[in-house]
Amino acid sequence: MTSAPEHSVIPEPAAPAANPFPAWFQAEQAAALADYEATPAPTRRDESWRFASLKALDLSAFVPAPPVASEGRLITASTGLGGDAAARLVFGNDTLLHRDAPALPPGVLVKPLAEAARENEALVREFFMAQPVELGSHKYAQLHRARLGGAGVLVHVPKNVEVALPIELFHWVEGENSSVFPHTLIVLGENAKVTVVDHFRSADGARAFACGINDFHLARGAQLTYVAVQDWSRDTLAFHLNSTVVGRDAQATALLMNFGGGHVRGESLSRLVEPGARSVMLSLNPLDGTRHLDQRTLQDHVATDTFSDLLYRNSLDDRSQVIFAGLIRPGVGAARTDGYQKMENLMLSEDAVAHAMPGLEILTDDVRCTHGATSGGVSADELFYMQARGIPENQGRRLIVAGFFRSLLDRIENDSLREKLGALVASRLEVIR
Amino acid sequence: MSLSIQNLTASIGDQPILKGLNLEIPKGEVHAIMGKNGSGKSTLAKVMAGHPDYTVTGGDVLLDGESLFTLEEPDQRARAGLFLAFQYPMEIPGVTIANFIRAAVQARLPEGEELEATDYYANLYAKMDALKIARTFTSRSVNEGFSGGEKKRCEILQMAMLEPKYCVLDETDSGLDIDALKIVSEGVNAMRSPDRGFLVITHYQRLLDYIVPDKVHVMVDGRIVMTGDKDLALELEAKGYDWVTEDQLATA
Repeated sequence: MTSAPEHSVIPEPAAPAANPFPAWFQAEQAAALADYEATPAPTRRDESWRFASLKALDLSAFVPAPPVASEGRLITASTGLGGDAAARLVFGNDTLLHRDAPALPPGVLVKPLAEAARENEALVREFFMAQPVELGSHKYAQLHRARLGGAGVLVHVPKNVEVALPIELFHWVEGENSSVFPHTLIVLGENAKVTVVDHFRSADGARAFACGINDFHLARGAQLTYVAVQDWSRDTLAFHLNSTVVGRDAQATALLMNFGGGHVRGESLSRLVEPGARSVMLSLNPLDGTRHLDQRTLQDHVATDTFSDLLYRNSLDDRSQVIFAGLIRPGVGAARTDGYQKMENLMLSEDAVAHAMPGLEILTDDVRCTHGATSGGVSADELFYMQARGIPENQGRRLIVAGFFRSLLDRIENDSLREKLGALVASRLEVIR
Repeated sequence: MSLSIQNLTASIGDQPILKGLNLEIPKGEVHAIMGKNGSGKSTLAKVMAGHPDYTVTGGDVLLDGESLFTLEEPDQRARAGLFLAFQYPMEIPGVTIANFIRAAVQARLPEGEELEATDYYANLYAKMDALKIARTFTSRSVNEGFSGGEKKRCEILQMAMLEPKYCVLDETDSGLDIDALKIVSEGVNAMRSPDRGFLVITHYQRLLDYIVPDKVHVMVDGRIVMTGDKDLALELEAKGYDWVTEDQLATA
């Protein structure tokens, strides 16, 4: 097969009257659906789908997600990173199940997007999916927009407000062939500061489809730390499309952790639009079985004096596969760009496959950019050192893999968050903390 | 009870390195091996620990009567009571010292028994204090960004935490300034006991001023060619290794 199935249109979730969005938004959704249908499916000839397994993109079996069986069970299971949260929203099959906001400063909005589209129309009109999807999945982004239901969230932190505790959002999918469309829109005013954690989880091991989008907008001096903890079932097809726009002297740090999913396509675009903008792009992906992860990134330096730093790490066991294609693009006039891009694969199996395509497209002079990809196995010397201390080989190997990911977390500046993430990684990789 | 090395031969690839080495270290004693670079000192340490690059072609090493070579994996030998302090300790990114040592201690407990964290940390901190290792090191990655002295102090810390029966110290003095040498030596001396034997491998006599050996052996070309008391080390320092070679050849 050389292209993805052409028009696998997932039906509307319910009667049009049940769509929670206001009329103006629904009109945009209808246009998006038409665009989805008019846009050809990706083919092998598309550079942005190079090496991709297109047959995995067959959406024909997926159906609208029904109401979840037990709201209480999912709410109880939404424990997050541990510790207090400023606000917590729990969605099950694109329906809001629970919200609480015990420590949200005045003026901060954390609410379903449908509510925001009515109550904060100007904000939603300005920022919702305002960036073009350039990394290959325009078609699927339009499907997302068309089918967006109750699981969209707006986080808005106004000027000079800092949210001390993390905001945690939970997106559950349940039931055979259920499809969900989570969306996290984060808009930060000048000097606003917040940490947002998205948890993507399956309530069962069933096959599912998740098509999620995150849009981040940082005004001057804002600071965002975003973490995605992806735990979809191993039989889930997922799209996670991120775009981040960073203003003057603002900093976005995004950490994407893919623990689950059967076939996951990730696209991350960071656009540095004013001098002093910084973007740190991190991803941590322990892969095994036949899991397949396809990540495409763009570090788009538009203004002068901007900084981006991408570090993606994968471990590949069994017959897992990764594709990474990244581009640093210092545009015309983006003098004094600092752009770094590094992807590292730890190969744990001879049957695993990694395709790495790091890239650089320099349209201006006076830039400092490095990019590279490495692949290698667990160091025999490190393993011998561990065994010489009495640690059995298989456990030593697990510790080394966990350390490979743990050291990536050093890029997270917030001590408390880094500790919690370290514990999470250790527990997933079954090593002691 | 001893660590008994009997007519040991070993090679790397087709290259023989150990050529019939005999040595017995009774519990309670400290023995030193001195020798030129390339004499096979470090190979002996690695062969005993089970490094996969080396092939044992003959002989045996008995740890309190049990052959080390019936234990194939390096971790089995370590748990049997052999400890190797590395000349070049490995850096392990992202694995903290506390977790690393904890995994090693845990590996010595019976199946299903969990290490008591409070006791573990109390023990760890006490031993770190004795070795003048700042407590902030517990959360640092193993050996990553450490100075030479810090690495060697951490080797001794691991040794102290694991309480082995026999300790092999491979060039533990290399890369140490005099202050670090004193701290490391105090750490080793504090562990000397009737229940423990030490094999100290070194190129220089200096270390043996601080860790005073019961016996000194000289190694040339994969064999022990001379054995004496601590004064032999001083004589070597004064006359150089070529003296041994000539002397040994003359009496051979």
